[in-house]
Amino acid sequence: MSVLSRRPGLRVGLLLTPPMLWLGVAYLGALAALLITSLWSQNDFTGNIERIWTLDNFRDLFTIEVYRTIALRTIGIAALVTVIDAVLAFPIALFMAKVASPRWQRVLVIAVLMPLWASYLVKAYAWRGLVSADGLLQTIASPFGLGTPGYGLIATTMTLAYLWLPYMILPIYAGLERVPNSLFEASADLGAGSATTLRRVVLPVVFPAVVAGSIFTFSLSMGDYIAVKIVGGTGQLLGNVVYDNQGAANNLPFAAAVATVPIVVMLAYLAAVRRTGALEQL
Amino acid sequence: MRYRRRIKGLVAVASTLLLVSVAGCGTDSGGDDDGGDDTPGAEGFTPPDLPMLEELGDNEGQVNILAWPGYAEDGSTDPAVDWVTPFEEETGCEANVKYFATSDEAVQLMKSGEYDVVSASGDASLRLIAAGDVEPVNTDLIPNYADVYDYLKDRDWNSVDGQMYGVPHGYGANLLMWRTDVITTPPTSWSAVFDDAADNSGKVTAYDSPIYIADAALYLKATQPDLGIEDPYSLDEDQLAAAVDLLKAQKEHVGEYWSDYLKEVQAFTTGDSVVGTTWQVIANVAQGEDVPVEVTLPEEGATGWSDTWMVGAEAKNKNCAYAWMNHIISPEANAAVAEYFGEAPSNPKACDIASEGHCETFHAGDEEYAAQIAYWTTPIEQCLDGRTDVKCTDYGDWTQAWTEIKG
Repeated sequence: MSVLSRRPGLRVGLLLTPPMLWLGVAYLGALAALLITSLWSQNDFTGNIERIWTLDNFRDLFTIEVYRTIALRTIGIAALVTVIDAVLAFPIALFMAKVASPRWQRVLVIAVLMPLWASYLVKAYAWRGLVSADGLLQTIASPFGLGTPGYGLIATTMTLAYLWLPYMILPIYAGLERVPNSLFEASADLGAGSATTLRRVVLPVVFPAVVAGSIFTFSLSMGDYIAVKIVGGTGQLLGNVVYDNQGAANNLPFAAAVATVPIVVMLAYLAAVRRTGALEQL
Repeated sequence: MRYRRRIKGLVAVASTLLLVSVAGCGTDSGGDDDGGDDTPGAEGFTPPDLPMLEELGDNEGQVNILAWPGYAEDGSTDPAVDWVTPFEEETGCEANVKYFATSDEAVQLMKSGEYDVVSASGDASLRLIAAGDVEPVNTDLIPNYADVYDYLKDRDWNSVDGQMYGVPHGYGANLLMWRTDVITTPPTSWSAVFDDAADNSGKVTAYDSPIYIADAALYLKATQPDLGIEDPYSLDEDQLAAAVDLLKAQKEHVGEYWSDYLKEVQAFTTGDSVVGTTWQVIANVAQGEDVPVEVTLPEEGATGWSDTWMVGAEAKNKNCAYAWMNHIISPEANAAVAEYFGEAPSNPKACDIASEGHCETFHAGDEEYAAQIAYWTTPIEQCLDGRTDVKCTDYGDWTQAWTEIKG
């Protein structure tokens, strides 16, 4: 024991070792193994990985058009889901933070969190039932001459937006709670209406929180493949290409190469986010 | 300042260590992997030299089975359908069954070494043999093997150089299924999902695996004979391109591809799919839930499967594995699974037990009929139909083509 009290460096080292091991070995190490696998190739027939260094996987990824299409489609859907969630979450969070009484605040927080208690698969399959040809959406839309969008990219976007909504509401709610009510009063004193107050006072203050929420929705949508398989019909996103190549085609090196695309996109996204200063305020 | 330098130093040391270990484990010579040469063929590859079991010992108490859905029923899907419980009672081997959806998944799962016995279709069996994931089977240790139809023994997909690598399970064809209330005239041709798919746009379904390209090739064999397709699994670049074009045209009308058989049952139940390729067992399950569906084997013929039960090279419960293989080809179990799944049994004695007409419907024992089904086989560079003037496309090309088709 006296050893530890005499050597503060040793103390710090021992304290940091478990989390650094987890970060370095389990997390970063696994990522490194993935990236290294992308530089190997695979025997098409037996499915065994051949440890010969090659850039073939990346060359295929960039030259074959379908993968570019899928990558762009995935980024597009992730962006769309983020925007939809931000638009939906803001009024809800605003109501929860500023308008609701303390009792209703607690009830609403629980209501927002409750879907997270249900399994992901249960929720995705519930949406499968909703958009199916004889599901609820069809029943509601048919009197108006419309129909259910069916399985496809629209259903995928709706399902993903639904799944990640709590992850967007909660950061915005936390951010709005920190905004003092006096700010609203001051803005009103200066002659701003509610819309102007929202646009010029609240949004700039709460922007970091929206960005924090968007990191969740964007990254989760980039990698998702299960919801796509359940409600996506014939649609394919990047996650499906990775899953199909890793699980179905045994082409682990190619799957690893495809998996680097979301990593690069997220790194670029976080770099952009950092420049806006949003990460400072998290 | 000193603290920061120390952190940077630590990071530098850690990255160097990582790079060195990676370089070390990365530079194997190319021929290090199991599986012999790089261009294997049904005739031309050398399987790894694995020993086969010489004699049976005591049963280990459990067996890990990797099976197609419907192959190892224990009464949980339908209480009347159970041939696993009698096996467990007789041998004392508790069966842990895992289902897979496509042959690719089976090949992938066998690599983990966790499964003792697998029901491999022709498009998986040779790959498993070449990769060293399954070992030769000593058929002398399996009493019921002697009864199996001779034309199923020593075939291209279940044996190498006269050595059997498994026991035949049975064979069947991929059929065309449709909702009788939506499509009132029964279709007789695969054109229902290809050239005429537009009639049911958005509600056509197809099997989600690159092997489905063979179904398109089979259709083209009948409708575009100038392409010269003889064997739907040996396609050269032009033939593959034609099949890909056909499938891209089909994709416009496909609502959903299926690999999970229960998802197809559900899709037909809700009406999200009204026509598409299927297995008999899917139709049986759907009809059991009062969904109005019918199946047929179209005039162009069909792709199908001839499955083999194989023993994992790293299996921990080999005695139970052999006990399972003996059980599944016994007359009672073989008849039960053949009836439930909708396929021809491999044991002729099963026809005495199966219900009236089953063996006739599925052409059990009919060697000529069996020869007409285009069984799932892994496409390889050496053309399986014997052509030597062109190079055929292999499974890797098919997988990439499949991703391209799905778009």
